[in-house]
Amino acid sequence: MDKNINVRDMIHKNKQSMNIGRVWEKMVPKVLLSIAIISILTTIGILATLTVETIAFFREVPILDFFTGTKLKPLGANAEFGVLPLLTGTILSTIIAMFVAIPVGLMTAVYLSEYASDKVRRTLKPLLEVLAGIPTIVYGFFAYTFVTPILRTFIPGLDPTNILSPGLVMGIMIIPMVASLSEDAMSSVPSEMRQGAFALGATRLETTWRVVIPASISGIIASFVLAISRAIGETMIVTIASGSSKNFTFDITQSMQTMTAYIVEVTGGEAPAGSTLYYSLYAVAMTLFVFTLIMNLLAQYISRRFREEY
Amino acid sequence: MKHVDSTQVQNRMGTRLLINKLAKSIFFLSTIFGLIVLVILMYRVLSQGVEWIDWQFITGKLSTMAENAGVMGPLLGTFWLMLVVAPVTLILGVGTAIYLEEYAKKNRLQSLIQTNISNLAGVPSIVFGLLGLTVFVKGMNLGNIILAGGLTMSLLVLPIVVVASQEAIRAVPQYLREASYGMGATKWQTVKNVVMPASLPGILTGSILALSRAIGETAPLVVLGIPALIIPFPDNIFDKFTVMPLQIYYWTIDSALVDEYANLAAAAIVILLLLLFAMNSIAVIIRNKFQKRL
Amino acid sequence: MSTMTGKDKKFTEVAQNKENDTTINTSNKTVFETKDLNLWYGEDHALKDINLKIPENQVTAIIGPSGCGKSTFIKTLNRMVEMVPIVKVSGSIAYRDKRIFDPRYRVEELRTQVGMVFQKPNPFPKSIYDNIAYGPRIHGIKNKKVLDQIVEKSLRGAAIWDEVKDRLNENAYGLSGGQQQRICIARCLAIEPDVILMDEPTSALDPISTLKVEELVQELKKDYSIIIVTHNMQQAARISDKTAFFLNGEVVEFSDTNELFSNPEDKRTEDYITGRFG
Repeated sequence: MDKNINVRDMIHKNKQSMNIGRVWEKMVPKVLLSIAIISILTTIGILATLTVETIAFFREVPILDFFTGTKLKPLGANAEFGVLPLLTGTILSTIIAMFVAIPVGLMTAVYLSEYASDKVRRTLKPLLEVLAGIPTIVYGFFAYTFVTPILRTFIPGLDPTNILSPGLVMGIMIIPMVASLSEDAMSSVPSEMRQGAFALGATRLETTWRVVIPASISGIIASFVLAISRAIGETMIVTIASGSSKNFTFDITQSMQTMTAYIVEVTGGEAPAGSTLYYSLYAVAMTLFVFTLIMNLLAQYISRRFREEY
Repeated sequence: MKHVDSTQVQNRMGTRLLINKLAKSIFFLSTIFGLIVLVILMYRVLSQGVEWIDWQFITGKLSTMAENAGVMGPLLGTFWLMLVVAPVTLILGVGTAIYLEEYAKKNRLQSLIQTNISNLAGVPSIVFGLLGLTVFVKGMNLGNIILAGGLTMSLLVLPIVVVASQEAIRAVPQYLREASYGMGATKWQTVKNVVMPASLPGILTGSILALSRAIGETAPLVVLGIPALIIPFPDNIFDKFTVMPLQIYYWTIDSALVDEYANLAAAAIVILLLLLFAMNSIAVIIRNKFQKRL
Repeated sequence: MSTMTGKDKKFTEVAQNKENDTTINTSNKTVFETKDLNLWYGEDHALKDINLKIPENQVTAIIGPSGCGKSTFIKTLNRMVEMVPIVKVSGSIAYRDKRIFDPRYRVEELRTQVGMVFQKPNPFPKSIYDNIAYGPRIHGIKNKKVLDQIVEKSLRGAAIWDEVKDRLNENAYGLSGGQQQRICIARCLAIEPDVILMDEPTSALDPISTLKVEELVQELKKDYSIIIVTHNMQQAARISDKTAFFLNGEVVEFSDTNELFSNPEDKRTEDYITGRFG
């Protein structure tokens, strides 16, 4: 072995030739910052795109007509652009979905967090994640070709495309989201609080109802709000299974169009750029974006504002 | 005088326990409700589609004739799309995560970027489609080619990769960084040689999950205006393309016209789900293999 | 005492000191000299007016009860303490002829010359070989033959070569805690530092491993100047030449180890070493 290697000298010599490294070292934070800025540019891009075209739309269609109009007839000579038919479609499908997702999701969360043994939980949770990982197009196919025909045997007046079936399927799709977010909130309640209730002779149900749920209520509600936001923005299920009727109605057995489905229909139809129809796309998208943004901010606010201090 | 009548407590105890038991059963049923639906869905798709899957279906070209149709085109489209999405999201996502975790000072810019990312994650995918349509397809005049679709999808799944990478980087123990700095390593050397290798499994797992999200997404691509029947196979990122979910969409809505299209859609769903299953398995394997370290 | 915030002010302060301070000891007898060193974590005054001269090629022990600032002190010597964002420093530290807070003196250079061994063994989750070769590699030594020699020399220097020579490519996490700590010492030796800082290097080890590390320290002091923080007074007495006793962020007493333990000048030192507190 060569005993004469002198690491100190070698390092010292290398120091002189390492200027490139030093320049790179100074560049790295700037390069990374510019990469990080891209996410902000994406938001700005979304806002700018939507705003510019929406303003163009409101030059042609008065804003009040848009938000109070019950007639949506985008094609033809006397085109009318009332967003209310789309809003009712979106809101009704969301409400139907929440009727499924909230109770089932919450009870699932209670079972997993309070009742299930560790082993059961470890088996069930990944299976629920599978449910969450299935592409929405598959749920759309399922709603249209399976759930609707079955529902029609129970409800004779049900249209082949209707808002009920996609609403229900959307609810099933959102169950895992409500379940996992609510379960996170419940399992972060310290076990001392539960033991306090058990020591007084409360049953597991009473403990859950009186202690665990009140203590984790902000997380649970935040999960509901996020679920609503998810349902509002969901596209493929409603596009496939609820058809494209633009009727202003509250009858859930009928075909209705949601805001998302309208966007799909109009972009798929190659609306000529510059036409009112084309601009209406952005006005609807802007409405959709604002709705989901408000929901997301609300969820963040709830979980931050009412965070329990244990 | 006693305030608690013990006989009354005894009597009520039975009812209370019964209710508890009943509730437990209902909660359990709720939990497996989703799984039952999952089983029905799988059964339904398989029974409708599996007979249609043969070599011709996998390798053939699209066709309006149901019995001649094949999904090689959409499969290649999905493959090429991933070839754009994977490197773009990895570079942007990991770069952003390194910046936020290792370089950014805890100031307003840092919290702005952080809040922005969590809000982007909640924007409906169809809005990203409109962004892609306006900026990439029309603004840059790319047209609805693979590159435009890939960039749109990359922005859509970027928050997933950023958040997963941040968690992986945060899980690298501080004492490893100290060991590196203690030997005179610079920040970048420490990030490159210590932090990155240690957080790689977490980053890869998150990226694969993000990719599988991108593979299953339909809405943004519908918005880009990709037509229903694209017969030539794509062979570079500037070609026009279609992908599996999009093809499933067109077959599903046209099944009202041609019954067999529903079978084609089901068969394509089986292949899509197999693809996703394979990717998720890889993610799980990576996670389990490296979790023991550290 | 004026309070300073941020690195810039800290540097200005040091730069100003340079003008009217000519008493820097540049003789090669002293490796570190601190002058009026003060350090705050936020509002917490952790080091108060530290004035010490650390001699070359000797073992200097820093003792004192928990929270007395002994760890903070040696982490200041290689500026690792700055990894805590709220730290403020005033005063000056000279390493040989360099002022360590001088912006022209790069912190990476300081840490190349002043190595550190941490409280908890912290090898990288890499092979034993890659752990040792880490330092030389980041300093630009890429030649495989040279690296092989450095790895062997360093592992021999840390008295662990015989135990690991057949499994250099195995993950360092497969070793016992005591072996891991000697790997960390070898990793530190690989870049041939001038000074080695040791922050309670045996506190996480069993007695036999502790003994091995102590023997190693005795061996290393021929070539290196060593500063070791320990909570164990017997250890300080066994292995060090000089001892500083820290209490509440101040140096109570600093003298030859024998002197300090047999004949402490200060009442508080006597109380501490006779076990009346701490």
